[in-house]
Amino acid sequence: MNDFAIEARGLRKSFKGHSALNGLDLRVPTGSIFGFLGRNGAGKTSTIKILMGALKSDGGEVSVFGEPISVASNMVGIRRRIGFVTEDKELYPYMTVEQVIRFTRPFFPKWRDDLAKRYLSRFELPPGRKIPDLSKGMRSKLMLLLAISHRAELLILDEPTDGLDPLAVEDVLREIVSLAAAEGTTVFFSSHQLTEVERIADRIAIIDRGRAIVSGSLDDLKARYQRLHVVFQEVLRAPVQWVQGAEHVRQEGRSISILASGNLQALAEQARSLPGASVEVFPVTLKEIFLDHVREGN
Amino acid sequence: MLFRVNQSSGVPLYLQLTGQVKHAIETGALHPGEQLPTIRKVAEDLVMNPNTVARAYRELEHEGIIEVKHGSGAFVSQSAAGPTKVLRKAQAVVQTAIERLASFGLTDEEIRRLIENELALLRTEKSREE
Repeated sequence: MNDFAIEARGLRKSFKGHSALNGLDLRVPTGSIFGFLGRNGAGKTSTIKILMGALKSDGGEVSVFGEPISVASNMVGIRRRIGFVTEDKELYPYMTVEQVIRFTRPFFPKWRDDLAKRYLSRFELPPGRKIPDLSKGMRSKLMLLLAISHRAELLILDEPTDGLDPLAVEDVLREIVSLAAAEGTTVFFSSHQLTEVERIADRIAIIDRGRAIVSGSLDDLKARYQRLHVVFQEVLRAPVQWVQGAEHVRQEGRSISILASGNLQALAEQARSLPGASVEVFPVTLKEIFLDHVREGN
Repeated sequence: MLFRVNQSSGVPLYLQLTGQVKHAIETGALHPGEQLPTIRKVAEDLVMNPNTVARAYRELEHEGIIEVKHGSGAFVSQSAAGPTKVLRKAQAVVQTAIERLASFGLTDEEIRRLIENELALLRTEKSREE
């Protein structure tokens, strides 16, 4: 068993002179639920397409289950162990749910009919309904069903809860968590829904302009970052030279908001030592970490 | 067995969970020797990462509050009554402190923020020592 289900090093991809991926590094530990975050156009979908083998990178290396995907003979074996949940409108436009299942089955030696049956009823998917007539939530659940039935070790999802109603969101998230808990399935998913990522991911990476600008364990990140709020009696005349750890400083009138990365004690002491300052410490949400890193650019 | 966690509170989820289990033992919702729900069940019910649940269970095991029997599951320790005495003492301290703070005219929100502030500073101090 490899330590990492996915490993990417220096991944590059350009489209018509515009570079979508600019040396992306990624390490997804086996058994983790990994949230892949970034603005639109930051490179998330390109990365997933490369992992699917639908796009060739211009540089860098990617290994899945420890095997380089650049070696074509590896891809067949690798693809059998992965389940994809992406919004792909070209997929099976004339088939019914039942036909999709029957069509998919022979490609996967580990296929379990009993699981397909169980999840067909659990997800309440109408077997005779054509794919274009399914709601987005049902399409996502169908793809999950396929991944579960062929015992995928790695689940790659592209914005799995986008456009889903709250009930469907809960269902999808619960299935992801259940798979991770019961089978140790590694989950790699891109998302805009930061509160959802915060709930289920144990590791994250934030991609901006084609590079990973933040990555690591979510617990560590939230322990590392705190918000320091300093309010002065009057507007400061001279800017403060903050000690190390003041990552993003925003001043508005008599208030200064600091996103502190480590060294909180020293920063708080420095803040308190300033004349007329009152200091408060707040925990930081994933959304704040994301916005602060992506808004100002690095 | 119903646990609840608040994703938007600043307190790490695994700590919220350990707190919930301890509270359940304290109030008798969980008895010494009783089996806890599986990691999988808690993760599914709360829709949270199973590793976070596992971490909470590990912490509780480390503190001697639960015992993990390989293959059978996690059980509340027979000696789990111990922590309750400490918690009762702690509750008295908090009660006195809050009464005093309230007598200063502070609102609930102000008191809560003061306490969270101190905890945050204490946490970072601790991690600096480690």
